[in-house]
Amino acid sequence: MASTDTAPRQKTKTVVAKVSDVKPGGGIYVTVNGRDIALFNVDGTFHAISNRCPHEGANLCTGRLTGLLESDRPGSYRLSRRGEMVRCPWHGWEFDLVTGQSYCDPKRTRVRNYAVSVESGSGLIEGPYKVETFPISIEEDYVIIET
Amino acid sequence: MNVNVTERDTHTPVDLTIVDCDIHPGMAPGELTPFLPKRWQEHMAVYGSFFRNGVKNAPTTHFRMAPDTARADSWPPSGRPPGADLDFMRAQHLDAYGIEYGILIPLRVGPGAQRNLEFGAALASALNDWQLATWIEKEKRFRGSIVVTPDDTEAAVKEIERLAPDRRYVQLHIPPKTDEPLGRKRYWPIFQAAVDHDLPLSCHVGGLSGHPVTGAGWPSFYLEDQHSNVQSMQAMLAGLVLEGAFERFPKLRVVLVEAGFAWVPAFCWRMDKHWERMRDEVPHLKRKPSEYVREHVWFTTQPIDEPNDNAHLAEITEWVGYDRIMFSTDYPHWDFDDPRFAFKGSLSAENREKIFRMNAKVFYGLD
Repeated sequence: MASTDTAPRQKTKTVVAKVSDVKPGGGIYVTVNGRDIALFNVDGTFHAISNRCPHEGANLCTGRLTGLLESDRPGSYRLSRRGEMVRCPWHGWEFDLVTGQSYCDPKRTRVRNYAVSVESGSGLIEGPYKVETFPISIEEDYVIIET
Repeated sequence: MNVNVTERDTHTPVDLTIVDCDIHPGMAPGELTPFLPKRWQEHMAVYGSFFRNGVKNAPTTHFRMAPDTARADSWPPSGRPPGADLDFMRAQHLDAYGIEYGILIPLRVGPGAQRNLEFGAALASALNDWQLATWIEKEKRFRGSIVVTPDDTEAAVKEIERLAPDRRYVQLHIPPKTDEPLGRKRYWPIFQAAVDHDLPLSCHVGGLSGHPVTGAGWPSFYLEDQHSNVQSMQAMLAGLVLEGAFERFPKLRVVLVEAGFAWVPAFCWRMDKHWERMRDEVPHLKRKPSEYVREHVWFTTQPIDEPNDNAHLAEITEWVGYDRIMFSTDYPHWDFDDPRFAFKGSLSAENREKIFRMNAKVFYGLD
């Protein structure tokens, strides 16, 4: 029988980019421990999801950020959560950056999302972040992804 | 580590060997001009394109899903439009997917839809020469389509006669929405020229003749347009069969591009059923309509049908015929299909080889 007593894997926090590397409303591609990740800047708030669209494999980091457009009946609409959805650059599937779920098929067609934080360069010198692959300057702020 | 995505190999290595039956070469504004005779360069500068679809060239035209109808990641770093940068297309598409041959279908400038027939014919010739000089002579994986203007039938036949001896052109490209349904006799000289030169007819969905996308009028939404546009392909197919074009030209071969194929079995069942009741209206038909389709018509895959149960796709493919379906991507358009994921569900190695490679090789006479 397989062992079930393994402890939960320790989350790793990795510095992936300078805050200034990701323009507001834009996305970049990063890799963390072999994972392909799309990192987005939504007006100063950062979101990270896996980069590969589960439909046909397009790079979501090149997708356009959009909002959640909904309607209760023909003739009315509301646009909310501006910039918090990414549209796949190929077929336009919309993924929620917060949950990783697609709008049209939230249960089956979804991408993994990752916790993201921002730290100042001076704070990073303290740890506990994995910074060895990334040069840190005290004057800059950095984006950290948990995997 | 950060990597600029445009410099990264965006695809896992593939050993697939593929024939892509629908690649759209792009062009920058003005790029076609040097290929036009001076007389038509002047005409273009003074009068421009004249379609029945009047808004086609307006800045606010309905550009359908994405700027230039293109994949968001297909804009080359060189600043040229999607599909217009050969090196970028090699890296992003031909090399990345192991494409052995790519069939070019130029959709720009709409020669077949010009109201001025002579101008349309000049545009078709320019597009054909541009295709050869800009693409085929620079990349040996490409094969071309002879763009013709069916509504200037005489000019279409002349263009076929001019270019058919160059076997790097492997088919004719015909818009499905001609002035009259394509099966009508007025278009038969084109079919005669096609069979004389053993060139198949490729009909790509769309066209700007001025006929609405649907028989019920113009749709409001792209979502509505996107799949009701198959109606024009269905009407054209019914016309080709029922007018007797395949009876008159037993060697005529047609490929319907970007029209889907899941509808084909039901469409044939209905034609057969009605033929059994009204056979004497079309006594020139010697066989069931479905038999002409089965023998003369091929279909490309993109945009692939995605039933909830993948097994249904296999069943439909069986009904249409594994030897009649040819893979296509529609690169660089937004509704591109990735060959690694496009055909969901099980496909035997033999059938995969047919759909992704061999059917097209046989159809186009490729080595």
